[in-house]
Amino acid sequence: MAEHVTSRKVYFLVFGALMVLTLATWLVAQVDLGWANDVVALGIAVTKATLVLLFFMHVRHSTRMTALTAVAGFFWLAILFGLTIADYASRGSILPFVAGK
Amino acid sequence: MASEPLAPHGPSHGHAAHHPELAHQFDSMDQQKESSTLAMWVFLVTEIMFFGVLFLAYTLYRTQYPEAFLLASNSLNVLMGGINTAVLIGSSLTMVLAIWAAQVNWRKGIVIFLLATMALGTTFLVIKGFEYRDKFVEHHVPGPTFHFEVEHPSPHLQAIAARDPQLEKHASIYFSLYFIMTGIHALHMIIGLGILAVLAVLSWKGKYDSEYHNPLEMTGLYWHFVDIIWIFLFPLLYLLGAHAR
Amino acid sequence: MNTTATVPVTTTAETAFKRPNYLNAAYGVRSWLLTRDHKRIAILYLISVTAFFALGSLFALLIRLELLTPEGDLFQPDTYNRLFTMHGVVMVFFFLIPAIPAVLGNFLVPLMIGAKDLALPKLNLASWYVYNIGGIFTLWAIVHGGVDTGWTFYTPFSTHYSNTYVISTALGIFITGFSSIFTALNFIVTIHRMRAPGLTWFRLPLFIWSTYATSLIIVLGTPVIAITILLVAAERVFHLGIFDPTLGGDPVLFQHLFWFYSHPAVYIMILPAMGVESELIAAFARKKVVGYKVVAFASVAIAVLGFLVWGHHMFVAGESIYAATIFSVLSMLVAIPSAVKVFNWTATLYRGSISYQTPMLYALGFIGLFTLGGLTGVMVATLGFDVHVHDTYFIVAHFHYIMVGGTIMGYLGGLHYWWPKISGKLYPVFLSKIAALLVFVGFNLTFFPQFILGYLGMPRRYWSYPPEFQVLNVLSTAGASILGLGYILPLCYFIWSMRYGQDSGDNPWGAVGLEWDTTSPPPTENFYTMPVVTHGPYEYNREEVHNRMSQEGTIG
Repeated sequence: MAEHVTSRKVYFLVFGALMVLTLATWLVAQVDLGWANDVVALGIAVTKATLVLLFFMHVRHSTRMTALTAVAGFFWLAILFGLTIADYASRGSILPFVAGK
Repeated sequence: MASEPLAPHGPSHGHAAHHPELAHQFDSMDQQKESSTLAMWVFLVTEIMFFGVLFLAYTLYRTQYPEAFLLASNSLNVLMGGINTAVLIGSSLTMVLAIWAAQVNWRKGIVIFLLATMALGTTFLVIKGFEYRDKFVEHHVPGPTFHFEVEHPSPHLQAIAARDPQLEKHASIYFSLYFIMTGIHALHMIIGLGILAVLAVLSWKGKYDSEYHNPLEMTGLYWHFVDIIWIFLFPLLYLLGAHAR
Repeated sequence: MNTTATVPVTTTAETAFKRPNYLNAAYGVRSWLLTRDHKRIAILYLISVTAFFALGSLFALLIRLELLTPEGDLFQPDTYNRLFTMHGVVMVFFFLIPAIPAVLGNFLVPLMIGAKDLALPKLNLASWYVYNIGGIFTLWAIVHGGVDTGWTFYTPFSTHYSNTYVISTALGIFITGFSSIFTALNFIVTIHRMRAPGLTWFRLPLFIWSTYATSLIIVLGTPVIAITILLVAAERVFHLGIFDPTLGGDPVLFQHLFWFYSHPAVYIMILPAMGVESELIAAFARKKVVGYKVVAFASVAIAVLGFLVWGHHMFVAGESIYAATIFSVLSMLVAIPSAVKVFNWTATLYRGSISYQTPMLYALGFIGLFTLGGLTGVMVATLGFDVHVHDTYFIVAHFHYIMVGGTIMGYLGGLHYWWPKISGKLYPVFLSKIAALLVFVGFNLTFFPQFILGYLGMPRRYWSYPPEFQVLNVLSTAGASILGLGYILPLCYFIWSMRYGQDSGDNPWGAVGLEWDTTSPPPTENFYTMPVVTHGPYEYNREEVHNRMSQEGTIG
């Protein structure tokens, strides 16, 4: 089976993009954007992770099974986050507990 | 298997020569490669769930104690963290180039790039060591010697600190998570360095070429994953309070 | 069917052991301790899990002895805490979770899919060693007095206040968790990549589907408890505050993280047993399992839904009422695929050609007991009801119905069914049926009274109780003695059969399946000619099968 050989140029481009994004995340963090700071920081991190996954980890050229496995891992993490936060977010917040009532 | 009356083979066998690296339970090099790739990916899924718990704890406590997390985060050295981020991304590049070298049958190149990856990884750990030492000196290690207060706070920072009367206690939770998350990450890197060392020796001996380099691929996947963890750790741990310094 | 084997296939038992097989392929301790053969590793696991089962049973015996009388008179209360903790730890982590996957799964997965071995044989051996290393840590802790936190290790007691060997026990569990992950990883890769030609997913035996679903759970859940254990150990050693309310931490966070694994863990325990159940019902009703695809999908559904319900262990722990409601509803949902399987097994029995061999006795017991356990599960999933019975013996009875009435019956049934395949020997049939009966009667006598006790209000983990509960407790202890006898018998006669048992022939049950298409015991590489599959499983209605059945089937 002919294995897909990614060109070195692609690797260097991705490396460059990752460095630029690292600089970007540092720059944006210097400005107070309130809640948007988190969104941007996470967004950049997710972008960087995706670049590493697709190009360095060859997910772009691998089987659907591989991609599915990677997605499943993150999906399960989302379940852990989602239902746990559902507890914390709803403690006393929808109907505040008042002693004696 | 000398005791078998018949040497068992799959129906496709008989004429194809066995690659010396083909394990007996597999029918072809392709099957072996796909199996080891899938195995490493399944293992990475366990790692996602493993580290994920720490990110969850971080999320919950950061939401509960935003002031403490912001001020505690400011005590970290962003320059060191930033350099480490670049170093680790660079090591991912050299790792993937090592695999490329195998794909083009450049034996020496594999060794060079593996050693480069190790050098960058070691650099990361050394810088981390300096960071830990700083934390130790500043008494930011949770436990009996823990003490946290903001040095020379601006009025803005003072206002933030005033919002949490239990700031020091909550800051200790930040540092607990800091040490556990970066510590376990560093442990993974140390293990990775050990594996890379073994691979470098085997590569020097000519074990890997364009036909067979599964261990390089698998180690690469592991190494990139460790890089991805750091990609998330850096903004979450170091840049929280950057705008309020 | 298979391509014709050129091995001297014979049903006359005398020549069976003259043929090379995995047992006589090599002799000596080194050939066992350094083996890569999944069948030998399965037997290594069999020895280890049996040893831990005996230890866990010993703790159970001591608990039941104390509970014969209302006063706490046999042990100190601290000692009693350690007893039920170690019973739980040993049984859950060192028996129930590994038993069926590591023993039956390891042995059967390559055989059932027509492969020579698992994908990663060295990893398989490593998993056994890792299991034992974890076991040694825990045994060390037990010898030094054990742990008294309950197997659930709730914080902040486990992190700050308990004076017992929490860290070494926790580390033992942490290490053994890796053994679990390695096994599951191996199964996932093997089932995906090493099926015989023609063996599509929907031609796989249902045991493989269950094992696959179990492996998914292990891979996704075990790492969570691994890191949670590390956090508990770190908190204990370094006096951190992640779970300590006095430092701003939240003890309920521990419970979220613990149960995120430990609830799916109970599906790790029951799914393989359900897989065994499907095989037993098909073999001893001589009938294809009704609704094969439904049962296969139900296994995966249980695995997925099982991850969405963990909060039902925390209804009274302080989670929000809204989260509790969500978890309660989701818990109802997860009961559905389990119930579907019970319906399918029942439908398979209907108009089947049923024979009451020992494995079938266990299988029939499983259906009834699992159903009872499952129905009481739906009861406790109901928020209002659970508020009353949480932390009472009702809960204890519920999960023992599933884990003993379900998992252990499945495990024993599977061992009895595949014992000829594993050893080439038969066990004494009459004695085995007596043992099955003892297990069934003993089990119900032990645990049914506990439903009543719990409903009447007897709390769990208490070493003394009000005198009006004594009669039921005495019944429970009597049942436990009978149950213990029922377990000792197979231990004795299985070992006996290896030396003195009648040779079984290749397929004493006349069963259908790739594992039965090779010799008993199999050769090291499993098949003399690698199989090519042309049809689905449980083809009990095909004529050639009928012909073969008339030749084989030596057990009356």
